[in-house]
Amino acid sequence: MIDLVKQYWQQYLWGTPAHPTGLVITLWLLVASLGLGFILAVPLAVAKASRNWWLSIPVSLYAYVIRGTPLYVQLLLIYSGLYSLEAVRSTPFLSTFFRNAFNCTILAFTLNTAAYTTEIFAGAIKATSSGEIEAARAYGMSGLTLYRCIILPSALRRALPAYSNEVILMLHATTLASTATVPDLLKVARNASSDFYMPFVAYGLAAVLYLCVSLALIRVFRSAERKWLAYLR
Amino acid sequence: LHNTLFEGYGGLLWNGTLQTIQIAVLSLLLAFVIGLLGAAAKLSRNRWLSLLAQIYTTLIRGVPDLVLMLLLYYSFQDWLNRLTDALSFQQIDIDPFLAGICVLGFIYGAYFTETFRGGVLAVPKGQLEAGAAFGLTPWQVFRRILFPQMMRFALPGISNNWQVILKATALVSIIGLHEVVRAAQDAITGTSSKGASQAFFFLSIAGLIYLALTTLSNLVFMSLERRYSVGFRRPEL
Repeated sequence: MIDLVKQYWQQYLWGTPAHPTGLVITLWLLVASLGLGFILAVPLAVAKASRNWWLSIPVSLYAYVIRGTPLYVQLLLIYSGLYSLEAVRSTPFLSTFFRNAFNCTILAFTLNTAAYTTEIFAGAIKATSSGEIEAARAYGMSGLTLYRCIILPSALRRALPAYSNEVILMLHATTLASTATVPDLLKVARNASSDFYMPFVAYGLAAVLYLCVSLALIRVFRSAERKWLAYLR
Repeated sequence: LHNTLFEGYGGLLWNGTLQTIQIAVLSLLLAFVIGLLGAAAKLSRNRWLSLLAQIYTTLIRGVPDLVLMLLLYYSFQDWLNRLTDALSFQQIDIDPFLAGICVLGFIYGAYFTETFRGGVLAVPKGQLEAGAAFGLTPWQVFRRILFPQMMRFALPGISNNWQVILKATALVSIIGLHEVVRAAQDAITGTSSKGASQAFFFLSIAGLIYLALTTLSNLVFMSLERRYSVGFRRPEL
């Protein structure tokens, strides 16, 4: 057990500057997919909450398909499925993009979390009280200003508890990157386990690290809620 | 007939689908029972029991399901091998089907514990006391008063957990179970020797099968919700 820890602790945490591995990769996957997913989810949520069917139906369909299929299947489809298509392989840009496991993983995670986040944000936008919107309209706000100044600030705050749940689930989902050869924390644990044949120690170390990250995230979101949802207490 | 569909891999995919449904339903049942026990432990007046349940739910919900799956599956196999070695028996291989169900049930039992705890807390306490005052045994109080009302509150959570379990069955292919994702991968390997890879086609089929299963279970849960809401008026907004 000591040997395993001695040999692998650095890989579990950050690897080397040239080849980062483990926790650093896991956190990077989490931050990148959540950030990109957030940027996608805000306009999609506005579209989904809109009364215009041409906007809301396609977004609902997208969210339905993504939420109705496992992320593992989505990742496999993007990582090995798309590359098997002749059209992708013969286009130089697509070919280089989809050959890279890291790109595929982040793309799959982003599309996945964007769907769940859209659903959360759209629910919060729809729950905006109509009085607030009427008041804003009475002040002469319209369209973009209304969303920027009134609807989004309060909707995103109200979405915070549900969004924190999604962040934890996304942390758990990043483990799937190990199936696409991305050297994340679980991949290091799998290597260590097969190297020393000590599954309990190897996976147990990873489990403890994931648990610490989960608990830290919960703590961050709790203080964020205390700050931004103070008026609801 | 289905052997001629999908380039001869229809049968394989069909069996994989059946396997997926079996794993999901059996893990759901196990998780349901563990969830009821866990909620009872968490709400019990015995401090050690509630602490134990608290540790269980925190640990399980804080660690990714895939990590837990690999940890439990390979550790148990490892310990079993050491035991059989020490007793100089023949090596026993854990059946992946049974192991998959146990691991999924154990993991999602933690999520069910939280769902049921919320459901139990939502039932007015006076009703349970009234039941006891009428001379009902604790089991009768549970069966006739607590459970039917708790289910109404817990149903959205149960539906959500079921969808998560159904999608988590895709992960058990990683510990060697022949469910639908594995069937699709086998079909890809089987057809790839005949020229162009069919990866996109077969993986899309697997995705569509999952989509059909989640759609079907949505319908089932909608009718269950109607059943358990009998006698309650929907607030009109």
